[in-house]
Amino acid sequence: MRGLSVNYVLHRIWMFVFTIWASATIMFFVPRMAPGDPVTAMITRITAQGGRVEGSAQLIAAWRERFGLDDPLMLQYLQYLKNLATLDFGYSLAQFPTEVSEMIGRAMPWTIGLLAIATFLSFLFGTIVGALMAWVKTPRVLKVLLPVSLTFTAVPFYILGIFLIYVFVFALGLFPISGGARADLDPGLSFAYINSVVQHGTLPALSIVLASMGFWALGMRGMMITVAGEDYLTLAKAKGLRPLRVLFKYEVRNAILPQVTALVLGLGSVVGGTVLVEYLFGYPGMGALLYQAITNSDFTVIQGIVFILILTTVTAVLILDLVYPLLDPRISYERR
Amino acid sequence: MDVMTVTQVEAEDAPSPRSRRTWLNRKLVFGGAMILAVLLFTLLGRLFWDTKLARAASSPLNLAPGSPGHPLGTENSGRDMLALLISGGPTTLQVGLVVGVTSMVIGIMLGFAAGYLGGPVDAVIRTISDTALTIPSLAILIVVSAYVREMSVFTMALIVALFAWAGPTRVIRAQVLSMREMGYVRMARLSALSTPNIMFREMMPNLLPYLAAAFIGSASGGILAAVGLEALGLGPQRVPTLGMTVSNAIQGSAILRGMWWWWGLPTLVLMVIFIGLFLIAIGLDEIANPRLRGAKA
Repeated sequence: MRGLSVNYVLHRIWMFVFTIWASATIMFFVPRMAPGDPVTAMITRITAQGGRVEGSAQLIAAWRERFGLDDPLMLQYLQYLKNLATLDFGYSLAQFPTEVSEMIGRAMPWTIGLLAIATFLSFLFGTIVGALMAWVKTPRVLKVLLPVSLTFTAVPFYILGIFLIYVFVFALGLFPISGGARADLDPGLSFAYINSVVQHGTLPALSIVLASMGFWALGMRGMMITVAGEDYLTLAKAKGLRPLRVLFKYEVRNAILPQVTALVLGLGSVVGGTVLVEYLFGYPGMGALLYQAITNSDFTVIQGIVFILILTTVTAVLILDLVYPLLDPRISYERR
Repeated sequence: MDVMTVTQVEAEDAPSPRSRRTWLNRKLVFGGAMILAVLLFTLLGRLFWDTKLARAASSPLNLAPGSPGHPLGTENSGRDMLALLISGGPTTLQVGLVVGVTSMVIGIMLGFAAGYLGGPVDAVIRTISDTALTIPSLAILIVVSAYVREMSVFTMALIVALFAWAGPTRVIRAQVLSMREMGYVRMARLSALSTPNIMFREMMPNLLPYLAAAFIGSASGGILAAVGLEALGLGPQRVPTLGMTVSNAIQGSAILRGMWWWWGLPTLVLMVIFIGLFLIAIGLDEIANPRLRGAKA
C-alpha cells in the first residue's frame, strides 16, 4: 500500500503493545509501593463506617487468596498481566459476587454514546469556527464574536458543567439534574425513552462540546494561516475561483489533516475529562462508575475501568497512525 | 467590491510591525494581569484576613455573602468563603509552578538529548515520550492517587508532573532538531565549543519563547489535572484547595440549594487562573510562531 511500509506497521504495533504494557505496569507497581493492601483497607473502611463485618478475619483470608495477595510479587504481576490480556478483571471488591467486566459492560454504552456525539460535535463546530477565524472573507461581526467563544477552551469541562447545571437545571428548570434516562421507562427504542436519553445527555454533552471546541478552533486557525501563504492558494485565487470553493477545496482540505491527528491525541484528555463530567451529572457511564469505585476503594473496578480507557485510547492512536499515510499523500513513511 | 477585498487581503498579509506588537502585548498583558490579580488578592488577603477561618467550623453555617463577619459567606460546615479563596488560590498556582518547573527540567534534558544527539538516544526518548503522550494521564493519576490517600500539595504536584514532561520534551526536541543545522550552531561546533556550551549558551536563548510557551502549557495542564483530582475528592485532604471546595459544594448539592457562593466563588477564581494562563500561552505561542502573528483572532 502506498506510504505504508512493513517496518512502519511493525513499529506502530510494537509501540501499541509497549504503551499498554507500560501503563499496566505502572498501575500494578505504584499501588503496591503504598502501605497496606486493598482488602484489609476495605474491611477497615467498612468497620469504620459502622458496619460490623462478620468473621472479618476469614473474609480477609478468603479474599487475599482469591486475589493472590500472598503470592510472590513476580507471580502476582504475571498473573495480573495474564488477566488483563484476557480482559479478566476479577470481582468487584465492594459488590463482591459481581464481576468487574459485567459492571463495565453496563456502563460502557453510555460513555461511548456521550463521548462519540460530544467529540464529533466539538470537532465539527471547532473546525468551522477556526476556519472562519482565519478566513479572509469572514464577516467582521463573526471575527469579533468567534474569539469570545474560545474563552471556554481554557475552562475545564466540569467547571463549565457546574454553570450549565446552575442555569439550565436550577434557574430555568429545563433539564433533569442527573442520570442517563428516566428510571420509570423501559429501555428500548420507544420515543419516550429515546427522548429521555437525549434530555439527560444534552447538558453533559454541551459542557464537553463548549469546553473542547476552542481547542479545535485554535488548531484549525493555526493551520489555515500556515496554509494561507502557499502558492497553490494564490494560484487558485488568481484563477478567479469562487471564494467558497477556494475555502473548502483548497484551504480547509489542506489544513484539516493535523486536526485529525489532534483529534486522536486529544482523545486521552477528553476521556479523562469525561470522568468528571459524568460524575458531576450523575451520568451512568464509566466515569461515574469510576468515581463510585474510588469512594468505595473498589480497586479491581478502578483498575478494570482505567485499563479499558487506556486500551481504547491506544487503539485509536494505532488506527490513526495506520490510516494517516493513506489520507495524506504528502506523508510517506517509506523513507525512514 | 473586488478591489476592496484585494486591499483587505494585502492588509491582512502585511500588518504593520506596530499593530503586531500591540496584539501580542494585549494577550500577554491581559493574561498576566489576571494571574497577577489572583496573586495579589491572595497575598494581600493574607495580611488582612485570617486564613485559619478556612479550617475552623465554629462559624455559623450556610451564611450568604454580606453576612456580618463573613463578607463572602460560609459553606455548609461553617468555613469562611473569603478565607477559603485566599488560601486556595496560591495552592493552585503553586501546583502549576511545581508541575511546570519539573516538567520543563525533564523536558529540556530529554528534548536536548534527543534532538542534539539524535540516533538511538533520539529513538528511545521519542518512543518513551510518545508512549507517555498516548496514556490517558488523568485516568492513571486517579488510580495512583486513589491508593496514595494522604498526600501533600507538593506530592500531588510531583505525581501530576510525572505525566506532564512529554509535551515539552516533544516541542524542545523538534526545535533543537531544526536548530542544530543552522549556521551559528555549526560555527559554534567548528570553533570547538563544548557541547554543553553550545546547548546552553548558543541555542537556549533562541528557544526561550518555546520554553516559555511549553512551561505555561504544562503548568496549566498540571493545574487542570490537580483540580480534577481534587474535584473527585482525591487531592490533599488537610489543605483547603479550590478544587476541594468545589467538590464539597457538589457533594453538598450547593447548586440545587441555591448556595451560589459556595461553588461559584471558587470556580470563578479557577476560571480567572485558567483563562489567564491560556491567554499567556496564546501570546507566547504567537511570539514563537511568527506566522500566527499576522492573523487577527
